[in-house]
Amino acid sequence: MRPTSAALRLQVESALAGRVISPFRLREPEPTCTAPTGIPALDESTGGLPRGSLTEIYGPVSSGKTSILLSTLAGRTRNAEVCALVDAQDAFDPNVAQTAGVHLEQVLWVRCRSLDQALRSTDLLLHGGGFGLIALDLADAPARAVHQIPLNVWFRLRRAVESTPTILLVLSQESNAKTCASLVLRLQKETTSWSLHSRNNAGRIFHTPSCLLEGWTSEAEIVRTRIQRAVPHYIDIDRSSVSCQDAGKIVRFAVCADPRRENEPTFPVPSRARKKERKQNPG
Amino acid sequence: MAFAAIFVPNFRLQAVVRCEPELAVRPIALIDGLPPTYQVVAVNHLAARLGVAEGMTKAAATQFPGVEIRPRGKPQETTAHAVLLDVAWSFSPRVEDTAPDTVLIDVDGLASLFGSHENIAANMVSKCAEMGLTVQVAIAANVETANVVARALPGATVIPEGQEAKFLESLPVHMLSLSEELCEVFERWGVKTCKALASLPVISLSECVGQEGVRVHAIASGNGVRSLVIAKPAHCFEEFFELEDAVEDLEPLSFLLGRLLDQLCARLAARSLAVRAIHLHFTLQPSFESAFDSCSEAIRKKELSSDYVCTLELPVPCRDAKLLLKLVRLRLQSTPPHAPVQKIHMLAEPSFPRVTQGGLFVPEVPDPEKLELTIARIAHVVGEGNVGSPQLLDSHRPDSFRMHRFSVASAQPIDGDEKTETKIGFRAFRPPVLTKVNLRGGRPINVAFLGRSGEVVHASGPWRTSGDWWEEDPWQQDAWDVEVNFPYETPPSQGFYRICFDSRQKKWFVLGAYD
Repeated sequence: MRPTSAALRLQVESALAGRVISPFRLREPEPTCTAPTGIPALDESTGGLPRGSLTEIYGPVSSGKTSILLSTLAGRTRNAEVCALVDAQDAFDPNVAQTAGVHLEQVLWVRCRSLDQALRSTDLLLHGGGFGLIALDLADAPARAVHQIPLNVWFRLRRAVESTPTILLVLSQESNAKTCASLVLRLQKETTSWSLHSRNNAGRIFHTPSCLLEGWTSEAEIVRTRIQRAVPHYIDIDRSSVSCQDAGKIVRFAVCADPRRENEPTFPVPSRARKKERKQNPG
Repeated sequence: MAFAAIFVPNFRLQAVVRCEPELAVRPIALIDGLPPTYQVVAVNHLAARLGVAEGMTKAAATQFPGVEIRPRGKPQETTAHAVLLDVAWSFSPRVEDTAPDTVLIDVDGLASLFGSHENIAANMVSKCAEMGLTVQVAIAANVETANVVARALPGATVIPEGQEAKFLESLPVHMLSLSEELCEVFERWGVKTCKALASLPVISLSECVGQEGVRVHAIASGNGVRSLVIAKPAHCFEEFFELEDAVEDLEPLSFLLGRLLDQLCARLAARSLAVRAIHLHFTLQPSFESAFDSCSEAIRKKELSSDYVCTLELPVPCRDAKLLLKLVRLRLQSTPPHAPVQKIHMLAEPSFPRVTQGGLFVPEVPDPEKLELTIARIAHVVGEGNVGSPQLLDSHRPDSFRMHRFSVASAQPIDGDEKTETKIGFRAFRPPVLTKVNLRGGRPINVAFLGRSGEVVHASGPWRTSGDWWEEDPWQQDAWDVEVNFPYETPPSQGFYRICFDSRQKKWFVLGAYD
């Protein structure tokens, strides 16, 4: 005679007694603790960078990866968290970082010369613990060499950061961490903004000494996310699909050469006459 | 009033055994003097049982099988004496440095901290045992009685007030630290014990031998009262070790260093202090080299022994011997001594321990001691100057900064100061990459670097900067921000770069990329 479900349940519970409490109780996944990147559009779509997880941001040069890194560093250091930057190719610019709002005295900068040094340093930092953010910058490392990093290395890094309040952020040209990353963003530059345009041909830029790179707009695609956001219980949705809803979403954000601060006085907008005069004689 | 005396019997031998605890269970004889007339100056009971005696020559002592012969170590004796003082100061600030093997302590008023006199004496014995010294302790109402009884009776002895004479009566008079002359006088008189001395009339004694006799009469009677000469607490924590055979490998050297660090940390802990920096001084084995001359015989030249010195500074004071050993090992791995090590001298700079209080709403920060070890390990991987926090220099020269030693600063979260827009990031190329630039009308139209060739779509510049013209290495460069298309790559790509023309070198460089 086949055992009843009640008997089976009793058998399983007695076998797991002392090791697992209430094995058949439905446990709601806890919302992932996140930290903002400081880019509102990105934070709203992704929920922020997850703590205790690996986040991978990849894209070609000038796609905005370093801008996101500096913005995140600025936010974490402003929150008095100690951050570490493992720089595989020694590309970090402290001057630009300070302008972006990063408190440099809160940043431990590890200047590496090879991938092996970068990975070992990251492993040591993760096991040391206590950091709010550990960023592994592989953006300038040869893509082929980064691609050859074994998957177990990424697993090891993910395991090391689990159950800690540390954000592990990896920048690269291509996606390498695969399923080890809880959040994967793909970046691409969209449009560029220069300060002066031709009056007759808006697409043509005047090449004058006063023409400056103002910035560009980047497009970020959420390739994968496993961030569990806090969902109110009165909303009846399939909770297993919460984390999948955001995958594939495209977010656009702008990076500027000279970001304004809140409450900073803005210069008066030039009158139409002045704009007309300037277009006629840009030099 | 109550005074304690701590006496280290066979002090010279114990000073050597303290550095090599494994010798404690073997027969050992200490030799001193100049070669070849070495003489045995101290033996332990195991060697004495075998027949080794003080005054024997080294050659005679080596005839006894299983006897370890060690030279007398004056640095070890200095260290052992410092250890004795550290233990004394851990009980009371009123300590007299009586002799290398004896300290006297005012223990009046310590009952509320350490309990009864029996407890105090037992604590002293156990604390000295932790430091590697076997001592004899006596507590009495007057300092001279405590001093004499500590030298005479093993273990811990507490003399009740009023019974000093009873404890002293059977002790021989030479325990009273008499001069040779007085010893001879008492021997001629047949005065052999303190009881016999105490029974002599004081006035007649003073007439015969002077004030010295009155003093020893008082001591023998149990009335030897005097004030302590208080010693100033020393702040020198150092350990010495001399090896019979020079050590080359790091493993056995680490074992010895670990032992020395344990002793240093224990001494500092006894004084409620911590280590701020460690200075290591190795005396290395002299090397030999042979010089051959075709016209003369081969000569063996002996070079003078060289030293190895290194200093390990800690960002926060700590007392963890294991952590310190790991840091020392990492330092020795990165800069190893160039010859086998013959002698070790370790000096610890003391400091008050770090006192911190965590907050409920302060973000978690790395533990400073653990962070120091992590940074040391990372420095071992990437190099000493490649890990730290960047500190900008007050200069307009591009990329001017220096690496500063990283330490966890107690910072508070800062409100406000948030930017509404995101700043463009910049990735520097270090060193700047040499590039080939084609110009048209003074403006770049093509760039080629790192095996890539691209067409300049937009360019902003030139922006001339220069400086340090008064220095030996002035700089002047014309910088451009360029948007470059690489149409021949698969897939075609583009990017924003900063290039510059170095007016001194007359070359173009790519300084970095905007990202």
